[in-house]
Amino acid sequence: MAKVNIYVTPKKGILDPQGKAVESALHSLGYKNVENVKIGKFIELEVTGHGTSTSSVESSRVESQIKEMSKKLLTNPIIEDFTFEVVE
Amino acid sequence: MKFGVIVFPGSNCDQDCFDVVKDVLKQPVEYVWHHDVKLDHLDCLILPGGFSYGDYLRCGAIARFSPIMEAVKKFADRGGRVIGICNGFQILTEAGLLPGALIRNKGLHFVCKHINIRVENNKTPFTKLLKAKQVLNIPIAHGEGNYTCDAATLRDLKKNKQIAFTYYGENPNGSTANIAGVFNKRHNVLGMMPHPERASEMILGSDDGLMILRSILI
Repeated sequence: MAKVNIYVTPKKGILDPQGKAVESALHSLGYKNVENVKIGKFIELEVTGHGTSTSSVESSRVESQIKEMSKKLLTNPIIEDFTFEVVE
Repeated sequence: MKFGVIVFPGSNCDQDCFDVVKDVLKQPVEYVWHHDVKLDHLDCLILPGGFSYGDYLRCGAIARFSPIMEAVKKFADRGGRVIGICNGFQILTEAGLLPGALIRNKGLHFVCKHINIRVENNKTPFTKLLKAKQVLNIPIAHGEGNYTCDAATLRDLKKNKQIAFTYYGENPNGSTANIAGVFNKRHNVLGMMPHPERASEMILGSDDGLMILRSILI
């Protein structure tokens, strides 16, 4: 069993109206030194193993599976980037 | 011409589309549940507006994996006519049947009002009854209608005359190049944020949308 955190952010150059609105709210609260606020998504999931023998094979399978599902469903590659970490 | 209106969980403009096709266009029409995969008896598919799967994850992201979408792709590949309105447009972009993506409106608000759009290509199955540069009064109702694509895609859209409609006078959502609707390369698939079915009878304030739907019949 592996626990995975996936972070989805708007692609560079893609307008992020939520980030802009939050940034200006922070400015009006007096945090004038804040810039480049981006709002994305945090996805947490657990994947069970494939029963392969070594843990390095196992973790590379998990990683390739996470990349695949991120590109297919969890993100839209036209507008979003993602990073992930296997935490457990 | 036989129409099919695809119903996803959360579609909410399906009845409007059905009624306009049946009562105004006077054409045969049926609802197609998103689990159905038989579309061979149909000539035109409508993906209606709404909030399929509650807009979870991204608008259209989950509907795009409904069983019917493989069949919709094959239908379009065979040259069948497909029109996606609002959420239907979002589903078609997520499915890769149309280029680009629709993101949150620039002003963050859900915008629900009549706007003007201009016809950019009147030589397609969906626009042949319209004049070049004709301005139509059609309502929009969306929170994520801000059309986005990269520069290369925009160049292709212009080169292949894939821009169907642009917002005229006012851009309500920050859309790239004022784009309100696009075709696929073959021009047999159209996606648009404005709702032609809501502008198909004068009692609703405009019947400009009817010319788009009537064009499909020819």
